[in-house]
Amino acid sequence: MSLEILAVDDSRTMRDMIRLALEPVGFTVHTADDGVHGTEVLEAINPDVIITDINMPRMDGFGFIDAIRDRGQHKTTPILVLTTEAAPEMKMRARSAGATGWIVKPFDPAKLVKALQMVAG
Amino acid sequence: MSETETAQPMELLTFKLGEQEYSLDIMSVREIRSWTRATPMPLAPSYMRGVINLRGTVLPVMDLAERLGLPKCAHSDRNVIIVVKHDGYMTGLLVDAVSDIVALNQEDLQQPPETAMQDGPSVIKSLTLIEDRMIRVLELSQIVIQAESDAA
Amino acid sequence: MSNPDPMAEIRASFFVECEELLEALQDGLQTLESGSHDDETIHIVFRAVHSIKGGAGAFGLDDLVQFSHHYETVLDQVRDGRLAVTPNLLRLFFRAADQLSDIVRACRDDAEAPTDTGDAILAELDAHLDDKVEEDVDEEISFTPTPLSLDLDADIEEPSSAGTTYTISFTPEPELYETGNDVPHIFGALAELGALDVTCDTSRLPELKQLAPEANYFSWSLHLTTDVDHAEVASVFEFVEGLCDLEISCDRDALPRAAAQPTLRETSEEATTNGSSGTNDQTTKSSAQKTVVRVDIDRIERLVNLVGELVINQAMLAQSLQSAGLSPHSDAMNGLDEFQRLTRDIQDSVMMIRAQPVKSLFQRMSRIVRETSASVGKDVRLIADGETTEVDKTVIERLADPLTHMIRNAVDHGLEETQTRLANGKPAQGQVRLSAAHRSGRVVIEVSDDGGGIDHDKVLQIAVDKGLVPSDSGLSDAEIDNLLFLPGFSTASNVSDLSGRGVGMDVVRTAIQSLGGRITTSSEPGRGTTFSISLPLTLAVLDGMVVEVSGETLVLPLNVVSETLTLSDTTVECLQPGHSVVRVRDGFVPLFDLGAALGYRPPCDTYVDRVALLLALEDDTRVALVVDEIQDQRQVVIKGLDDSYYRAPGIAAATILGDGQIALILDPSDIVAHAPKQRARAITPQSLEA
Repeated sequence: MSLEILAVDDSRTMRDMIRLALEPVGFTVHTADDGVHGTEVLEAINPDVIITDINMPRMDGFGFIDAIRDRGQHKTTPILVLTTEAAPEMKMRARSAGATGWIVKPFDPAKLVKALQMVAG
Repeated sequence: MSETETAQPMELLTFKLGEQEYSLDIMSVREIRSWTRATPMPLAPSYMRGVINLRGTVLPVMDLAERLGLPKCAHSDRNVIIVVKHDGYMTGLLVDAVSDIVALNQEDLQQPPETAMQDGPSVIKSLTLIEDRMIRVLELSQIVIQAESDAA
Repeated sequence: MSNPDPMAEIRASFFVECEELLEALQDGLQTLESGSHDDETIHIVFRAVHSIKGGAGAFGLDDLVQFSHHYETVLDQVRDGRLAVTPNLLRLFFRAADQLSDIVRACRDDAEAPTDTGDAILAELDAHLDDKVEEDVDEEISFTPTPLSLDLDADIEEPSSAGTTYTISFTPEPELYETGNDVPHIFGALAELGALDVTCDTSRLPELKQLAPEANYFSWSLHLTTDVDHAEVASVFEFVEGLCDLEISCDRDALPRAAAQPTLRETSEEATTNGSSGTNDQTTKSSAQKTVVRVDIDRIERLVNLVGELVINQAMLAQSLQSAGLSPHSDAMNGLDEFQRLTRDIQDSVMMIRAQPVKSLFQRMSRIVRETSASVGKDVRLIADGETTEVDKTVIERLADPLTHMIRNAVDHGLEETQTRLANGKPAQGQVRLSAAHRSGRVVIEVSDDGGGIDHDKVLQIAVDKGLVPSDSGLSDAEIDNLLFLPGFSTASNVSDLSGRGVGMDVVRTAIQSLGGRITTSSEPGRGTTFSISLPLTLAVLDGMVVEVSGETLVLPLNVVSETLTLSDTTVECLQPGHSVVRVRDGFVPLFDLGAALGYRPPCDTYVDRVALLLALEDDTRVALVVDEIQDQRQVVIKGLDDSYYRAPGIAAATILGDGQIALILDPSDIVAHAPKQRARAITPQSLEA
């Protein structure tokens, strides 16, 4: 199953890692540097799954998820939160904003692929 | 390096300086160029012929005969510059003419006899006989590095 | 695999990113230090450390994860307003940033970071944690550094029927579907763990007319036989934690059950009360972001070289068109002018790619000041000016070592002890100023201190004691200052462990010279010392004056040439054999015969009717250089000279002319310094070689 993914992370290393994990299995990976950039990119594409970091400049992950869920178009697109913060309240906060799930950094590429396939159905 | 080479045959580029035959390990030779005028370096030791344009980089050229204490290269159209690389640095060596490339085994090389050695490390690494002619194998590191102290 | 390991590439790119993040961290801390404690700055500081931690985890860099985690946790308290930014805390943050950059570099180079300082800083950081957080830190640390962990543990191990059988009862809440989750996906993930048996309970399904479309009426009962443990089974449901009624029980043994029991109804309330607080003030704060492309430096080098070739080629073309006798107004010549202009533009643009602000360098120096001042027990403030000045990347890299040494010197030797300062009516806090500026086509970097200045008597005495100068040399103060650059000279009478590391200012000078630069010093007793480094803007091109001397073509940097003179017997005066001066309006300027200075020919008998170039040198001295002919003014591509076994005095570099021949580029100050003249009697020939 080939998926189109939008990965939003302010860390270049993380964006590279995500690409490295997903492109070899045939996924198309779009990236954005932060929430604001992410919403801009979403004007142009319709990804199967969105991956987002939490701590980002300009618009953080929570704000980004809010923004996505407020829009009609991507209302049901699965969103995975990719974060180093494993605290339960963080997960809950992401959940309440409308995230589908979360993956704790550092991630295992194979598992990221599985997670994406799982939420994308 | 030299240890891994012992088992393998090696190739030498042989050339003439006056009447004497010398050679260099072909592995250190990058190319051979015909002589072009060198831009002299101010106040340089006399064996430093200057610098030439080697496809956009500045290549220092030394007169190998003079460097070895032999009479200066007699100027002729057959003069060539052997471009060698040692320790990351490229240097041009002006010689009278290149003769041949010969392949031989490490066993064919002999240490120069003690009496022939000067004080300190010798510029001549070893000797060999090819068709009854004595060929001197040069130790490149002693030629291009030692120059530093001479220049100071 | 012909390609390089992509992971290694990302790792390398991670360390580049770390440098940027460390810079952002430094910047942020400096902003905080300047008294501006706004949220965004604190966020930036937090994010920098946070991102380093994130990447470090990906590469299993445990030391880095550990340290950045502790650092981040304290910063998080500041972010939450639980901890106030005090000068003491900031000092700790600065030290932690220094330590963090040490660890980053140690990780990059596979070296060991100094653990003792690290542990001390960690302890201090932890001292700022509230009790609650402290537990969290330790707890999290115990498993955070395990790389490649994922909450969603759908492992691809072969399912085995010989495992444990779990009974799972699962009833989704409507919210489950709103977060993009779906039941079949979860079951799909479970099925990958082992043999799955699914039974759907539809008993709650109402009549069709009573069916609410958003509600959920199903519940499922599942039996999973698998090798994996309870936690892993539970982790499949992690995304839907709180969005469902879930019970997982283990049929064969109840052992792993305590691990993670995600029947967490209560959390869903918490989730709703938290609301959408995610959109914070950062959302509106949008700054113009620059798009940046990362390029392998080798590609840029290649481009630089190609442009160099282009410039040479253009010069060759110009030469052949001119010699073909074309009219300057012909189309070809006009086209050539345009070609020349474009070439120059391309060249400038390419050089801009290599240019970088000196900021990163200055930040490193601010650390040197902090460390040095702490170790010698002086209160020192670094003032940096002109951080945005751009300099060629190579120059920046190669300036780090000499500048470090100069800064250490300034703190250690330049500044007086605190008591001495107070006794002299100076503020206790010493000042070191580091500045960069573009000045007439060069970059000038200055390191100055407000210390006691160079003690001329002492310096002279040392030089005399060491036999560097004769005792009756009668040197001027400026000349004494320059003795500092002589090899082996060290002013420190008690060699401290900082500056007296066996390298003196001569090493600094050599490093600067190898960059085509020059270093000078000036000092005022009681007021301080200034070291000034002047560097070429780029190592690649030069506006030059092309001259000829005894058949050789040579290039002089145009920026030192102030005018050309034609010498006549009314203007040239011979002071003594070999020493002449030329009268230029307001004064006399010494004449140097370039051909003789370079050893190309014996000195001229007479300078009358010769051409000379009046040069204004860095140190404000003026000299007139006698040449045979002035050819042209032109931009030349600088080609480095391999000086590994011979460095010619007075020669800075070389260039390739239109005809393919090499012309040497002169360093006028060096020529003058090497030329025999009066001063040479004062300083021994040995020291002149320096």
